[in-house]
Amino acid sequence: MKARVFITLKPGVLDPQGKAIHHALEGLGFAGVNDVRAGKLIELDLAEETSDADIEAMCRKLLANTVIENFRIERLGAA
Amino acid sequence: MNSAVIVFPGSNCDRDVAVALEQVTGRKPAMVWHKDSELPERTDFIALPGGFSYGDYLRSGAMAARSPIMRAVADAAGRGVPVIGICNGFQVLTEAGLLPGALMRNAGLSFVCRPVALKVENSQSLFTCGYDAGETVHFPVAHHDGNYQADAATLDRLEGQGRVAFRYQEEVNGSARGIAGILNDAGNVLGLMPHPERAIEPAHGCTDGRCLFEGLLETVA
Repeated sequence: MKARVFITLKPGVLDPQGKAIHHALEGLGFAGVNDVRAGKLIELDLAEETSDADIEAMCRKLLANTVIENFRIERLGAA
Repeated sequence: MNSAVIVFPGSNCDRDVAVALEQVTGRKPAMVWHKDSELPERTDFIALPGGFSYGDYLRSGAMAARSPIMRAVADAAGRGVPVIGICNGFQVLTEAGLLPGALMRNAGLSFVCRPVALKVENSQSLFTCGYDAGETVHFPVAHHDGNYQADAATLDRLEGQGRVAFRYQEEVNGSARGIAGILNDAGNVLGLMPHPERAIEPAHGCTDGRCLFEGLLETVA
C-alpha cells in the first residue's frame, strides 16, 4: 500500500522559498501569479495493515513540524 | 564541571565547543555519540554543537532530535542540568520540543556567515550572568536556517518572561523580533544561532563568547 504525505507551511508562516520562486516566475514573464507556497511530498510504501492512525503518528512525530507545518495524507491503495 | 558534547553525524562545531569548554573549565568534555542512550554519570553540563546533522535532511535538526541520546538529554534537562544548543544545536532543541518555535530558512535565502552584534537581553540566566543587561557582544553566525519563528502568543510569552537571551542588533536572517537566542521556562536550556565558542581567544578576532562559558562554570561548578 502506498501513501503520500503532503506537507505545507501553515497559512501566515513566511515562505522565503515560495517568494523567490514567485519572483523567478515573474522574471520569466509569467503574469497573473498571485502567490507561491513551496511544500514537500513524501511517498511511503507501507505494509497493507498500516492504519491511518499509524501514518498520522509518523507525520506528527517526524515527517512534519506541526509548529510551522500542516500535513495531509493520501492513501493510494495497492500498487 | 563535567561537560558532555553530543556528536551527531554531520556535527562540525563539536571540536570548537570542546576546545572552548576545555580552555575555560580546565577539563576535557566527554564526547557522546548520538547513538548512545546514556550520558556519562555526573554530567553537569550538556552542549549540542553546530553543524549539519544528518545533512539537514527533512528539516534542520529533525533527525538528530529523534536520535537515542536525545531522550537522555531531555531527561537531564528536566532535572535542571544546563543544556546549550548552538546553531544546529538550537535547531535540534526546537525540533525536540525542549524550546518553543522553529528555525526556518533565512529570509534572504542566503547562507549568512559573519560576526554580528547582539544585545544581551537577559543577564540573569545561568548562561548570561557574565554579561551586563543591555550589553552589546559580537559572536559570529554561520547558518542557512536561522530565521526564528513562533506564533505571536509564544513570542509575547518569551518576551514577558525574560526568556529572550540575545537579540540581533542588525538584520541577519528575518527572525521574529530579532530573536537570536532563547531560554526554556526553567532557564536551564539555552538555544542560540550565533557561535559564542568561536569568540573565546584573541586569534578569533573577538573574545566576547568567553564570558558565557566562564559564567556557566561559576554557577555550575
